[in-house]
Amino acid sequence: MSNEVGSFAVKKGLAQMLKGGVIMDVVTPEHARIAEDAGACAVMALERVPADIRADGGVARMSDPELILKIMDTVSIPVMAKCRIGHFVEAQILEALGVDYIDESEVLTPADEANHIYKHDFKVPFVCGCRNLGEALRRIGEGAAMIRTKGEAGTGDVVEAVRHARQVLGDIRHLQSMPIEEVMSFSKSIGAPFELVLETRKLGKLPVVNFAAGGIATPADAALMMQLGVEGVFVGSGIFKSGDPAKRANAVVKAVTHFNDPKMLAEISRNLGEPMVGRQISSIADNELLAKRGW
Amino acid sequence: MGVRYLPSLIMSYLPSGVGKRNMIKIGILALQGDFDEHQKMLDGLGINTIQVRKSNQLTNLDGLIIPGGESTTMGKLATDFQLMEDLRTFAMRHAVWGTCAGAILLSKNSGHVQPLLGVMDITTARNAFGRQVESFEIDLNVPALKVVDPSDAPFPAIFIRAPLIETTGPGVEILAYINDDQVVAVREDQWLATSFHPELSTDNRFHRYFLEMIQSK
Repeated sequence: MSNEVGSFAVKKGLAQMLKGGVIMDVVTPEHARIAEDAGACAVMALERVPADIRADGGVARMSDPELILKIMDTVSIPVMAKCRIGHFVEAQILEALGVDYIDESEVLTPADEANHIYKHDFKVPFVCGCRNLGEALRRIGEGAAMIRTKGEAGTGDVVEAVRHARQVLGDIRHLQSMPIEEVMSFSKSIGAPFELVLETRKLGKLPVVNFAAGGIATPADAALMMQLGVEGVFVGSGIFKSGDPAKRANAVVKAVTHFNDPKMLAEISRNLGEPMVGRQISSIADNELLAKRGW
Repeated sequence: MGVRYLPSLIMSYLPSGVGKRNMIKIGILALQGDFDEHQKMLDGLGINTIQVRKSNQLTNLDGLIIPGGESTTMGKLATDFQLMEDLRTFAMRHAVWGTCAGAILLSKNSGHVQPLLGVMDITTARNAFGRQVESFEIDLNVPALKVVDPSDAPFPAIFIRAPLIETTGPGVEILAYINDDQVVAVREDQWLATSFHPELSTDNRFHRYFLEMIQSK
């Protein structure tokens, strides 16, 4: 019997298991337990949620391994953790800890302003952010086994998540409608590997699972992203910065299952307490936008 | 209801076997997980399918697939939406196949406190092979698949944070082992459970095996 550990099919496969689910940011083992009990399909272990990273300023780095291990010990669902863009040693450490997925994330301060991690070298799968098809396919080319549209983390404003999802899915529709002889030029214009562009055109979707992230704060936000065509959602600050995290977490999970059923969504959205206090994207200075990190 | 009987009337005039498969309708539990992958596999075999999120979608089905995903998430949602009892009732009378998380939900016990259907006389151990970095692909020997394909080729099995089937009751037929003695695929009456994900491969023999289970009932 052949036995291959950490093949691309296996790395991509875990993302396929997460589909139709919600991945929640948690900063303590107690949060992780609440998320699991609410029906999260995975948790993202970190020291501060993006809203606090944004408020605190300074350099944001990989979380303390002690915290990540405690969260791994607490829940039975997959645990993800973030490393800085290009910081392959943080990624090596996270792999050594045994986390289930690494998010090479623009929410942390980038360690390399030209290069991302070469992710094919790892057995642990990676998820990466994108704002358009070119960025998504560059990350997949480097070995990302899952993609999330970036949105703007820590704002509770869904507008950027919508913009990026529409951009990626619109790019794919455009790619599928053009004659084949234009595909090479299109690949060049978006800076994406030609073979992956061809594969995307054939599939009519990204070659890996595509979630939405960055600004999702309500069940309706989550269902909006699902109806636009993503396969699941990340919720960061939106849950544990709200008035009743357990209730809201459960409602977002339900909304992703019944994203196409307005009557169910109406029921699910009732009486959830205060949502997180949002911050309008238009009020944030251009150089403070996290989504611009990544190349 | 009338719509369902009309085609069967037409079918009775055709030679046996022709188009029969098209009559079958399979539900795929779509609370969370890789239900799309199962649906595509069945689409490729010309089977009618429906994604099941509510109890009323279980009517007029010949079988149900519970996909891979997170068993805690699916159990939580099935409980919240009051689906557990209806799924159990359905399973008592119909064919049901669980892959990975689905196999856990069919089992009596998973070693965790979580909602389970518990219809199969098996116990499972979650994440028995370790975390994601230990997930793997392997060629499995599955003699039972000869029913649908005489080739006897090994089955390309993808294990993702996979459960093991730890114990099996007397009525349970073991279909595949890994490492000589660890059970990863079983059948008991109209129920099928696999630790791995045939829906992630391009090999449709397990899906055809499940259809054969339904047709030979």
